[in-house]
Amino acid sequence: MLLVRVPPSTPEQKRRSLLLAVVATFITAAAQMLIKTGSGRIGEHATLFDTLLGLVTVPSLFAGYALYGVVTVIMVLALRHGELSVVWPIISLSFVWVAILSVLVFHEAMNFAKVAGIAVIITGVAIMGKGGQR
Amino acid sequence: MLWVVFGSLIGSFGAVQLKAGTQRLEMNLRSLITNWRLGSGVLLYVLSSVFFVFGLRRGELSVLYPLVSLSYVWTTFWSRAFFGEAITRNKIYALGLILAGVTLLGWGKQ
Repeated sequence: MLLVRVPPSTPEQKRRSLLLAVVATFITAAAQMLIKTGSGRIGEHATLFDTLLGLVTVPSLFAGYALYGVVTVIMVLALRHGELSVVWPIISLSFVWVAILSVLVFHEAMNFAKVAGIAVIITGVAIMGKGGQR
Repeated sequence: MLWVVFGSLIGSFGAVQLKAGTQRLEMNLRSLITNWRLGSGVLLYVLSSVFFVFGLRRGELSVLYPLVSLSYVWTTFWSRAFFGEAITRNKIYALGLILAGVTLLGWGKQ
């Protein structure tokens, strides 16, 4: 097992890392809203190739994936001073925001199976963050 | 749902290529550009987005977005197969929960 040596971070830096990770989940949710909106703009009979072109030509799709670029940078900054096992579970907060916004913005139905499914997945992803520990 | 599941599978291969690419990386711009594994990793991520968006056209975001977590399931197996990383007890619990959650979402979709 390869251990990477990391210089100790101050409590202030750790606190800021958590804040950055939470901000990243908000931006991820916004990105998903844009991507869902954009997916409706590539046409009813779109082929896979049309979809590929759409990533660049449909503004909301392009903006959505550009936001993912922003999220990646923020997560790298968050991980610099935050512990992986703490920062990682925070990412799954984005599942909650996306579920809430799907109902509010796209009027999707919410039911017990969906809420339970999302909750179970969040738990799984959170445990994944401790994957290396036995 | 199937398009998004397939997309998550392709995305997990993207992660494998990125990891393999970083192991051959020197810290200069030329090596970053000519590293075909990094390039193909990014390309696979783009391809997986195409499948995700394609599936999303008619699907519910509240069901399809959480399915992205399936890529963790695939990646765990590839990490073991290609890089010899251990599958720990925590990882098995996590994978079981993710798969159970995806099944529940399948029941809940309209």
